[in-house]
Amino acid sequence: MDIVIGITLALMTLAMCLAFVRLVKGPTLPDRVVALELFSTLIVGVIGVIAIMTDVASFLDVTIVMALMAFLASIGFARFLERGGPQDD
Amino acid sequence: MIEVIKGALLLTGASFMLLAAVGVLRLPDLLTRMHATTKAATLGVALVMLAVALHFAEVAVVARAFGVIVFVLMTAPVAAHVIGRAGYFLGTKLWSGTVKDELRPNYDPLTHELKSGLETKANAQRLPQDSDTR
Repeated sequence: MDIVIGITLALMTLAMCLAFVRLVKGPTLPDRVVALELFSTLIVGVIGVIAIMTDVASFLDVTIVMALMAFLASIGFARFLERGGPQDD
Repeated sequence: MIEVIKGALLLTGASFMLLAAVGVLRLPDLLTRMHATTKAATLGVALVMLAVALHFAEVAVVARAFGVIVFVLMTAPVAAHVIGRAGYFLGTKLWSGTVKDELRPNYDPLTHELKSGLETKANAQRLPQDSDTR
């Protein structure tokens, strides 16, 4: 089981690196928002795996809060873009 | 047996997440990138949370894990819709190989007016009023 958790965390870390590349590169602000959303979804997954690894069930509360924050952040960014905020950073 | 199922769920979920990240890096424009992240990452989180529920196997934890799954399944499409709408609203360029953009003939990117294609002549010539909400 330890090996499986190690592989899982490694895959998720690699995924986070790729999402981070898009976050830095992203030509427009909506691309960056999509990358950020993927990032927070990945963090939810990582915290779930860590909850399994450490046997602490309280980490699930953290995942709920993280998912809620990601949703609110993307809604907020979208409203900001539609109201005519700066688009190219 | 439960260990095997748990490991399989974890590995599949992580693979889907990696696939979503590869998609967001490799695909050519905003909408295709969203198509990769929204679905694949949501499925990845759902599988990981199923593994968590199997690992703990207590009522409180399983309820919370399913709560996370339901929450992600409900909010991911809404967030994707809102971001995609904002992206189109700003006039984000589509991929050069896009075959069909059904919104383009009916949407004015300068005034953000959307036509239904079923307007009567009177409605089409009607000037906007102050009482119209934007």
